[in-house]
Amino acid sequence: MAPSGAAAGYRPSSTLPFVAEFRRQASRRRTQLALAFMVLLPLIILIAFQFESGDDDNGRGEFGSLVSFATSGGLNFTLFTIFVSASFLLVVVVALFCGDTVASEASWGSLRYLLAVPVPRARLLAVKLLVALTYSALALVLLAGTALLIGTLRYGWSPLRSTVAAQLEPGEGLLRLLAVLGYLAVVLLVVAGLAFLLSVTTDAALGAVGGAVLLWILSSILDQITALGAIRSFLPTHYSTAWLGLLSTPVQTDDLVRGAISAISYATLFWGLAFWRFTRKDITS
Amino acid sequence: MRSPLPVAWIRRALPTRRRAVTAGVVVVLLAGAVAWAVWPQGPKFRSEAAMLTVRSGPTGDEPVDLDTTLYLPEGASAADRVPAVLLAHGFGGTKESVRSDAEDFAERGYAVLTWTARGFGRSGGQIHLDHPDYEVRDAQRLLDWLAARPEIATDADGDPRVGVVGGSYGGALALLLAAQDQRVDAIVPMITWNDLPRSFLPESTGAESTQGVFKKGWAGLFFGGGGNVGSGPAGFSGDIAAQPEGAPEAAGPPSPGPGAGPGTAPSSAPAGAADPSCGRFAADICAAYLRIATTGRADQAAVDLLRRSSPAGVLDRITAPTLLVQGEADTLFPLGEADANARGIAATGTPVRVAWFTGGHDGGAGPQTDSDRVRYLTAQWLDHYVKGEGNAPGDDFTWSRIAGFDAMDRGLVATGYRTADYPGIAGTSRRDVAVGGPAQRIANPPNGNPAAISSVPFAGALSALLDGVAGDLPGQHARFESEPLDEAVDVVGSPTVSIRAASPTGEAVLFVKLYDVDPNGASALPNGLVAPIRLTGLPAEIGAAQPVTVTLPAIVRRFETGHRLRVVLATSDQAYATPAEPTVYTVATGDAAVALPTVTGEQIPTTAVIWRWVLVGLLAAIAVGLVLVVAVLRRRHRRQDTSVHPAYADTPLAVRQLRKEYADGFVAVSEVDFEVHPGQVVGLLGPNGAGKTTTLRVLMGLTQPTAGEIYVFGHRLVPGSPVLSRIGALVEGPGFLPHLSGLENLKAYWRATGRPAADAHFEQALEIAGLGSSVHRRVRKYSHGMRQRLAIAQAMLGLPELLVLDEPTDGLDPPQIAEMRRVLQRYATGGRAVLVSSHLLAEVEQTCTHAVVVNKGRIVASGPVEDIVGESPSVLVEVSDPVAARTVLGGLDGVRVLDDSDGNLVVDTNGTARSEVVAELVRAGIGVDRVVPRRRLEDAFLALVGETSRGSGDR
Repeated sequence: MAPSGAAAGYRPSSTLPFVAEFRRQASRRRTQLALAFMVLLPLIILIAFQFESGDDDNGRGEFGSLVSFATSGGLNFTLFTIFVSASFLLVVVVALFCGDTVASEASWGSLRYLLAVPVPRARLLAVKLLVALTYSALALVLLAGTALLIGTLRYGWSPLRSTVAAQLEPGEGLLRLLAVLGYLAVVLLVVAGLAFLLSVTTDAALGAVGGAVLLWILSSILDQITALGAIRSFLPTHYSTAWLGLLSTPVQTDDLVRGAISAISYATLFWGLAFWRFTRKDITS
Repeated sequence: MRSPLPVAWIRRALPTRRRAVTAGVVVVLLAGAVAWAVWPQGPKFRSEAAMLTVRSGPTGDEPVDLDTTLYLPEGASAADRVPAVLLAHGFGGTKESVRSDAEDFAERGYAVLTWTARGFGRSGGQIHLDHPDYEVRDAQRLLDWLAARPEIATDADGDPRVGVVGGSYGGALALLLAAQDQRVDAIVPMITWNDLPRSFLPESTGAESTQGVFKKGWAGLFFGGGGNVGSGPAGFSGDIAAQPEGAPEAAGPPSPGPGAGPGTAPSSAPAGAADPSCGRFAADICAAYLRIATTGRADQAAVDLLRRSSPAGVLDRITAPTLLVQGEADTLFPLGEADANARGIAATGTPVRVAWFTGGHDGGAGPQTDSDRVRYLTAQWLDHYVKGEGNAPGDDFTWSRIAGFDAMDRGLVATGYRTADYPGIAGTSRRDVAVGGPAQRIANPPNGNPAAISSVPFAGALSALLDGVAGDLPGQHARFESEPLDEAVDVVGSPTVSIRAASPTGEAVLFVKLYDVDPNGASALPNGLVAPIRLTGLPAEIGAAQPVTVTLPAIVRRFETGHRLRVVLATSDQAYATPAEPTVYTVATGDAAVALPTVTGEQIPTTAVIWRWVLVGLLAAIAVGLVLVVAVLRRRHRRQDTSVHPAYADTPLAVRQLRKEYADGFVAVSEVDFEVHPGQVVGLLGPNGAGKTTTLRVLMGLTQPTAGEIYVFGHRLVPGSPVLSRIGALVEGPGFLPHLSGLENLKAYWRATGRPAADAHFEQALEIAGLGSSVHRRVRKYSHGMRQRLAIAQAMLGLPELLVLDEPTDGLDPPQIAEMRRVLQRYATGGRAVLVSSHLLAEVEQTCTHAVVVNKGRIVASGPVEDIVGESPSVLVEVSDPVAARTVLGGLDGVRVLDDSDGNLVVDTNGTARSEVVAELVRAGIGVDRVVPRRRLEDAFLALVGETSRGSGDR
């Protein structure tokens, strides 16, 4: 018998394996629907573009041009898809994966059985967080991948165009696109952190997901109020559009770096709080 | 009367209050941080406004009132003298236009004197365009005044320690003042002219200004006085577009008259100058303008007049170190003006430094990085040459190029570059690109209408957007294009173009432009800059035309690989006056390729570098922090007490003095002690809310106990103890993933344990669950009882040595309950143990070998069920006459009547046979309806639960 007195075959470090949690989540309808929508959205956009009447009235600001360039090639189509999804859809999806993961177990009552296995609390959180992040990344990749695939099939493999800079050769454009995805992933860590923190604080999955999205929207609204001045740069959403700087030549990295610092700081803070809270709290659900 | 309610309320409120305090502290801290961030800093300077009367003019005796403000930094006094900055505003501005810059300098420790130049605002006098006898002499008198102030540091008596800073109109004043007055210690002229005739009458083949093409758009704006003329980098002299006070109103409808406009000084303007066509302009300037604007040509007298106001002729007299800042987006005073100033001043050995930024008269202050750079350079320059602090700034050349739009605020973003030596506008090296195309015939429109638009004065940052807007009109322009570039060219300086032209009149006015054409055909005219040329002596046929070299305005632009150069020759431009007669010219390329000057520079690192390191540091800190946390946890884990309590080594469960007090003060369990031994089925019996579930929660590691210990096989149990793996549990109802089937749920659960699948014994568990084929249906569709059975099966997975079941029969029907009893009893054999909690007495009685009765968080009875449940010495007697019966029984030796309700007596027979008791009652003529033996458990239960809730434990 082990000195810890555990049952034969039990090791704390092998409880709730990543694969097991991945399968748990994969079996859920909301996971399947969310991922399916990531594939569906580019298709819907593509079909919507087929109805284009040629009446170009997309000239809102310098980046409105992303719309007019959307059909110029697969890369631009992907960029457009990301552009329209980044501000809300991806936020909701990430909040869903990260906010739902612990809270839903709590609401089903299965959380206490996992803890009674026992899965060490820190391990439970770590695995759940990793799986949630994996699904978030998967959603991002699916969205971009599908858009790139069908966009290229439909509009061809053309250089990446935008009004902010010279057009980029497809190879370079693809790299920029990947960088955009990478930055977006970093920014969304804030949502992931916030949703996860709420997820361990409440038993209501909807509360965690909705709360994270609401706070994100609140931060976005505050960011619109220029009177707040320098305070705005401390808002988690302040640098959420800085990825547009990746489209210019040379690449504007200033805001990217600051955005990454902001996002990583917030995510670390939120996750730290989540772990601190969850490893101490009484599970009453 | 004191009710318990307020006490309970206070108890509940207390932790909330604690939370409120925490929240309050957080809010206060946040509010403090916000306030600290936005709180306006108290000024570190004071200011004195005064109307000074100075004497100037050719003879130095014409008085004029100047509206001045002196900013003195905190602590400036006769004992602690400070250097001064004379800060001049741009055309059309007043001293208020430069206030924020003045405040900046004051905060840097300079006394700053700002004034409204003569002819503007509340100052008196007329506009002489920085005339050496008027505006420049005014400034000299201000230097005298500064020298007399006790707070101002001086080099000698009457010689203040002073730098002169200004943009546009103020920049030229700085140059002219430094040339005329050697007391000036350093100057920073920005976006200003070298030669005023050339600025307003440019001719790009090098002809005299009398041949120049009149820049009517800008000239009209100046003369009309509207708008914000002379916005400089870092805001120097800018920002008064909405403040037209005192601006000349010549172009306006019947105005109150010059000098009497709103805010003008009432008396200083000579009444004789009241000419509605001249506004506050001096008569000679006004007359020259009217002549030029009428004909579109300048006569020598007008050129001489303008040249008097130009630094070009006096640069060799400037000894004050000069920092020249010029804007790239400037169709009024292009980069060439600063270049001419730089060369002129440097020729005499005076230190000169040149900086270009992406703003200018068209581009405004430029992006933040540019403003910051100009501010830094200015401060560095003044600090060294005026204040005497810091190292010599050196003479390296910095410039910047628009890199794109800022993704965040939609502004422009510029990348800064640096090189050791100022290369001038010819660059350090040259790249030739041939352009070609057939000779083309182009028409000069009568009266220059319609005209192409190349730039819009005051478009501000928008001018960069106009790059692509530039409209060349069909039939009025010719295009000559190059092949796509095989590599990108970074142009820094003035490109030159060679062209040929023929005209039936022998003369032609043309506008030469160099476009950047991308592979999709979109073209951009860098900063809207055009080179006007006036060619004379032209042949009528193109074949006879001689090539002429046109020097285009200096630009900073990267022509990307694959882009083409396009030289456009146009006959009209809205910004310029063109010949009124319609003519058709023939134009062709000349004998030379387009020469593109280039400069190699290193990129100026921005704050981004610091942020990058911050990011790296942050990531490193997180990594280190993570490693530390994990290490500390491991260490703590290793130090954790893994010893086995010898007394309980073979006891599946020992609970010792367990207490759980919730955060809201509610004591769920005050003291609970019990043990579960192998082979036992222990019932934890108690009414709802007795603390059973809380005890089990602590037992499962879901809740931290306030005090007391739990030992499982001698291992002390804390949340997450490995020994929990030997316990199977059903606590507070089933918990399943509703979208999975029963079997999948069990498998998913077992996968989460990480233990070998063979150890699970699914078959046995499923048999116990008895769900049949329903095990493949989704749990969502299960009835309560099915879930309950599945949960018991899950608890039994792996056949744990201790099975803990919370209300296991909840939701089961009687046959299933009976079956469950058998299962549990069978389970407890072979060294295993079962702990069952229930509020049903009968269940415990029938299922358990031992029972622990809890109420209100305390144990009230425990022991083998037979002991507890066995025959009690008391009986329940139902009689017809309880009062009489009581008397009878009271007479019996040792018999006590314990209770009496509804005609029922509970009688402690205390060894007396029941038959005897009945016989006594009957003998006394009391009818006995019923005699029920009572059992101890029931007694105990009734005693603790109270008769009022009999139903909960007795059935």
